[in-house]
Amino acid sequence: MAELLEATHDNVAAAVRPARLGAFHVRLLGDRIFNLTTLLLTLVGLSILVGLAIALVIDSTPSLKAFGWGFVVGTDWDPVNERFGALPFIYGTLVSSTLALTIAVPLSLGVALCLSEMAPAWLSRRLGFMVELLAAIPSVVYGLWAIFVLGPWLRDHVEPGLGATLGFLPLFKGPRVSVSILCAGVLLAIMVVPYIAAVCTDVFRAVPQTQREAALALGATRWEMVRMAVLPYGLSGVIGAIMLGLGRALGETIAVAMVIGNSPQISASLFAPSATLASVIANEFAEATSSLYLSSLVELGLVLLAVGLALNIVARALVLGATQRRFEGGR
Amino acid sequence: MTAKSTAHSRRTTWRKAKSDVMMGVAVLATVITLLPLFIILTYLVLKGASSLNLAFFTHMPAPVGEKGGGMANAIVGTLELIGLASLMGVPVGIGSGLYLAAHHGSRFASAARFGADVMMGVPSIVVGIFAYAVVVRPMGGFSTLAGAVALAVIMIPLVTRTTEEMLLLVPHELREAALALGVPGWRTTLWVVARTAASGIATGAILAIARIAGETAPLLFTAFGNRFWATSLTSPIASLTVQVYTYAISPFPDWQRQAWAGALVLTTIVLALELGVRWMTRGSARVAR
Repeated sequence: MAELLEATHDNVAAAVRPARLGAFHVRLLGDRIFNLTTLLLTLVGLSILVGLAIALVIDSTPSLKAFGWGFVVGTDWDPVNERFGALPFIYGTLVSSTLALTIAVPLSLGVALCLSEMAPAWLSRRLGFMVELLAAIPSVVYGLWAIFVLGPWLRDHVEPGLGATLGFLPLFKGPRVSVSILCAGVLLAIMVVPYIAAVCTDVFRAVPQTQREAALALGATRWEMVRMAVLPYGLSGVIGAIMLGLGRALGETIAVAMVIGNSPQISASLFAPSATLASVIANEFAEATSSLYLSSLVELGLVLLAVGLALNIVARALVLGATQRRFEGGR
Repeated sequence: MTAKSTAHSRRTTWRKAKSDVMMGVAVLATVITLLPLFIILTYLVLKGASSLNLAFFTHMPAPVGEKGGGMANAIVGTLELIGLASLMGVPVGIGSGLYLAAHHGSRFASAARFGADVMMGVPSIVVGIFAYAVVVRPMGGFSTLAGAVALAVIMIPLVTRTTEEMLLLVPHELREAALALGVPGWRTTLWVVARTAASGIATGAILAIARIAGETAPLLFTAFGNRFWATSLTSPIASLTVQVYTYAISPFPDWQRQAWAGALVLTTIVLALELGVRWMTRGSARVAR
């Protein structure tokens, strides 16, 4: 009897043992087919990512062999004599992205604080929607606007001022033209703010209400609450958001190609034209005649991919950590 | 009134003022951020609308040096590219979204989800290089197909992640109820869970379409561009974005004028998709980033 009872108990326990949440019960044929189909489609998506990396490595092999590490530090970009060095583009990419982030990060933090801490829900929703619209405008439209409006405006109204007050710095010296690193940087800032701001807003919203209440109960003003409770709690998420924004800025192609002037030179001045990794690929890929030329352009793409992937992997881990903590503690 | 409490109240005033200033700075930042949105839209309407006419929609590009002409082939080309890309990208995206939601928590699914997230961060120009390597070179030339493949690659992770998130929002009890009634698992997933999440999944797909409609970089050396009608999937094809890009950097005022018109049409399409979807779902859904 006791044995029977025990056996029954085991059966019942087995029956009610909770299945893994949402797991398929692959028993029936239909389930198997369905499961297999969706699995295959998932594999298609994954293999694209892997295939992308492999294709770029294979296609850049001639250039990798010809120049080795010298490619990354070479300053010559001379298609006629088949000498290729990526440093001018790496420099242009870094300077324009740094400039963009310098402008975009404070703005994004302001927007995120406004949306998460200050505006009432109805206003926050509408403002958030407008920020997303800013992200939806195609980059070629940003580029068009920058060529005809932003670039000339910066040249006529901002650059003279910068030159007069900060002209002793090499950054703000030189002739003023409407296509410049400065214009690309400002445009990039406008384009990445929506991304950084949206992620930061999510991060701040994930800060447990109890943290805010604790700060307020101690007599903190609103700003002190933000500084003591919200910012420290969301710090890793904010860093992740900035890295995501940097990834966007590095990879942004067409808008930058339209306003940066596309000249492979390293100049200390922000008023000078330059070129980025992405912009040179956009400009020269379709016209690349020799295989070494093409391969060098692909290697620029490989550099872009490697940096982009590294930034994204770290950033997503940070953001995920900051926005999912609420499910464990707090609330 | 003691000296101490005066000092205290002065400090409080100072702290409150500081708080107000900082919050004012945040509001100012929001205004500065949103300013370009209105400036750009105003310029688009002013400069674009004056250049728009019927010929823009119905005529082919005029030969270099001649005035007039339109972007009929580019408008159709963009629609063709979007359609073809969606045919490839949406089923794959929804399928893997179903898989990820069903196997939520398994190690492979987590890896695949991370892969999709990372994929969203790949610069679109790099996707263009990929499409060049796997389609353009083997097929021996720029083609509609290559452009569509590049756009589909950009679409897949976006659709995958929104589909998954929409499916995970469906209460688990619903699935249990169907399963308890003896409905097979796959039918439960498709007929009960996916159907409940259908509007969210559709929103994700449409937002992904809006996103690829504005892509230029991956089309430059895949779909390339064409001043005539594309005759087949293997011939180069014009698109609004590439056409706007080419015209914008050209030295001809008439082309620049048409670039504004093209940009207005393009932005209208993208924002209409975006606004329409959000109006339908009342702001509950959002696209993956």
